[in-house]
Amino acid sequence: MTPHRFLLGKPWIWSFAATVIVWIITVLFTGGASSFGLSQAALTFAAFSVIVGIGQMFVITLGPGNIDLSVPATMTLSGTLALKLMDVQDGMILVGLLASIGIGLIVGLGNYVLIKLLRIPPIIATLSMSFIIQSVAIWSNRGLRIKPPEMLANFTTSDLFGIPNVALVAFLLSVLAWVLLEKSIYGRWISAIGQSMFAARMASIPVDGTRLVTYMLCAVLAALCGYLLASFSGGAALNMGSEYLLLSIAVVVIGGTAVAGGNSNIPGIWGASLFLFLVVSMLNTYGFGAGFRLILTGLIIIVVILLAGGRQSFR
Amino acid sequence: MTEVLKRDEVVAARGVRVTFGAVKALDGADLVIHSGECVGLVGHNGAGKSTIVNVINGGLTPHEGTITYGGQDERGISAARANGVRCVFQELSLCPNLTVTENARIMHPDLKGWNWRSGALALVEAHLQEIFPGHSIDGDSTVDDLSIAERQMVEIAISFAGTDKKPKLVILDEPTSSLDAGLAAQLMAYIRKFVSEGGSVLLISHILGEILSTSDRIVVMKDGRVTADRAAGEFSTRSLVEAMGNVVREQEWARAAATKTGEPVLSMPPRRGHGLAFEAYRGEMIGLAGLGGHGQTEALLDLYLDRNSNWWPTRRREIAFVAGDRSLNGTFPLWSILKNLSVASLGQLSTNRMVDRMREETLGESWKKRIEIRTPDMDNRILSLSGGNQQKVLFARALATTADIVLMDDPMRGVDIGTKQEVYDILRSEAANGRTFIWYSTEMDEIRLCDRVYVFREGAIMEELIGEDITEKNILAASFSEGAAA
Repeated sequence: MTPHRFLLGKPWIWSFAATVIVWIITVLFTGGASSFGLSQAALTFAAFSVIVGIGQMFVITLGPGNIDLSVPATMTLSGTLALKLMDVQDGMILVGLLASIGIGLIVGLGNYVLIKLLRIPPIIATLSMSFIIQSVAIWSNRGLRIKPPEMLANFTTSDLFGIPNVALVAFLLSVLAWVLLEKSIYGRWISAIGQSMFAARMASIPVDGTRLVTYMLCAVLAALCGYLLASFSGGAALNMGSEYLLLSIAVVVIGGTAVAGGNSNIPGIWGASLFLFLVVSMLNTYGFGAGFRLILTGLIIIVVILLAGGRQSFR
Repeated sequence: MTEVLKRDEVVAARGVRVTFGAVKALDGADLVIHSGECVGLVGHNGAGKSTIVNVINGGLTPHEGTITYGGQDERGISAARANGVRCVFQELSLCPNLTVTENARIMHPDLKGWNWRSGALALVEAHLQEIFPGHSIDGDSTVDDLSIAERQMVEIAISFAGTDKKPKLVILDEPTSSLDAGLAAQLMAYIRKFVSEGGSVLLISHILGEILSTSDRIVVMKDGRVTADRAAGEFSTRSLVEAMGNVVREQEWARAAATKTGEPVLSMPPRRGHGLAFEAYRGEMIGLAGLGGHGQTEALLDLYLDRNSNWWPTRRREIAFVAGDRSLNGTFPLWSILKNLSVASLGQLSTNRMVDRMREETLGESWKKRIEIRTPDMDNRILSLSGGNQQKVLFARALATTADIVLMDDPMRGVDIGTKQEVYDILRSEAANGRTFIWYSTEMDEIRLCDRVYVFREGAIMEELIGEDITEKNILAASFSEGAAA
């Protein structure tokens, strides 16, 4: 009982162990010169995948078939529209943030309307939604590259006691998500729905309401991430979200959240996000190309799912 | 006498025992079918009818006893088919995406060659015409496009059809469940003709009129045994119903004296536009009886879902549900016992939508004591419990809520007798405190615990029994239609 309970209870340990190993290997190769810079870069870029990853995790917890593929498009649209609205004025920072959140709410609502009313599987509903969002982003962008407001750009690129501000934001959001997941009624509900939709319905859980809120939450987090990423990188680009499609799902899976739903894991998302960034920088340091990096990322995901599957059979 | 009959045996199952875990589905049953006779098989739910059919058609290998086809000891589905045994199941077994002729090809592998379609078409049409003269089924239409009755007709026709060799024994499990009276009469006439030509038929039906008029011999099963096996002429509807049940046992429970007081707490108009309306009053224990699958679970689900929003959390719980059916399982397998128990009462256990762990544990401990969940630790996983104890957790989940009405969907299936007694006591005391229980059960002993019983047949409520009228005999009589009105 105890050993397998331990494995089931702390699947995130593996992603942190892997992170430490990769960090050491990379630092050794560069002779220890880059250890601070590498850690800071890892925290910064991990922060963005943590924010989208948390949203994706809530959706995946809802059970088999639940996934949000509109995440990259939502990030792009949110970044584009927020920067256009703020128009380099510091006074508009809050308005831009609220606009991003609003975009997230609308996208999430749209996703669930497609899923529920038209009875389209989530994978197709969110994918078709992402074409609509991406088209809106293209139409409103028109090749303009607007800089973020000075204050916002400074905030996203600077750090507090050596820890990047975006990482602090991501950490704050993780804590909130953890409380929501572990302590609130809502967290119990999504876990119940992920295990058995019928049983959840019969335990008087408002299944559709909960799922709607979850899809909206995921889209809001993606929009927030787009807002921060656009400000961090000095402007929105139409392809800024594309790598987060795979990344948002990968960090959830590698982090130890059950792909079949019902069981989720927030510390693991941090471990997985840091790990994936470090793998990429390690391969860069060793001089491997982009193609090889993608192959390796794919292999890592396959191996993790295989191991996770093996763990389930202990039950 | 035995010498003569043995030669004519088509199928003989003797001393057959089949057990599923602790459940004895067949407990030494004998069933011998001779050529040129129609045997009617009747019995209440779980009497072992389907199990013995599955033994005869080769789908199940008995754990004890012998099964012989025409005197030869053979086993398996192919052996049964080779000996001319055909089966028409209650749940239709045609492929809905194929045409009628293509389905005939599946059942008759000897329809071969480049022109098998015309052969199959001729075969199906000839038999449909023979059994149901004047039908209007096109052999080239897809099964999906046919009505339920037409599908049943096609399946019956395909089963009676034979290319090289004619079937020796056709098993018909509720063949008229979707046929109207006219078509049913045509089928019964055909059965008589088939039998007079030397074939045999095993007829299972809940319409006793059909059984009495069509069979030569009637076999009654109860609790996995054959309790009566006599010529059809010796039975009347009444004696048949009596043979299916046992003699009315004495009442173990003092029922609530006054029922139907005040306004009904729950009501539902007659289902499917006929039968009786449903009403429940405060503090009542209401049983939903009848044969399995006649709409009781659907009625419970409708009652529940109508009063439970799928979009907004309900402020005050007025209704709770205890699932029992294994396929509609109510447990959350990844969770601990405590989380499984508390999931329906989270609202009353939280402040500002945050679950209070202390209050949750107190609730868990009190129910662990009250309903005797046998576990050292409520934080153990739910799957570490035995089936009966899991079921107790589901009971506790419903009873721990503030709901005044508790719906129960055959919750005691597969639960041992000791657990049952414990739960019955709790239900009684909760009912005395003013809770209303609506209880679908396939077990007669449980139905007899209720204050009032609605008997379901074909999706609607056909009979209401109150107090002393709740006897096995009355329930059986109401569950089986007498044929005339069907």
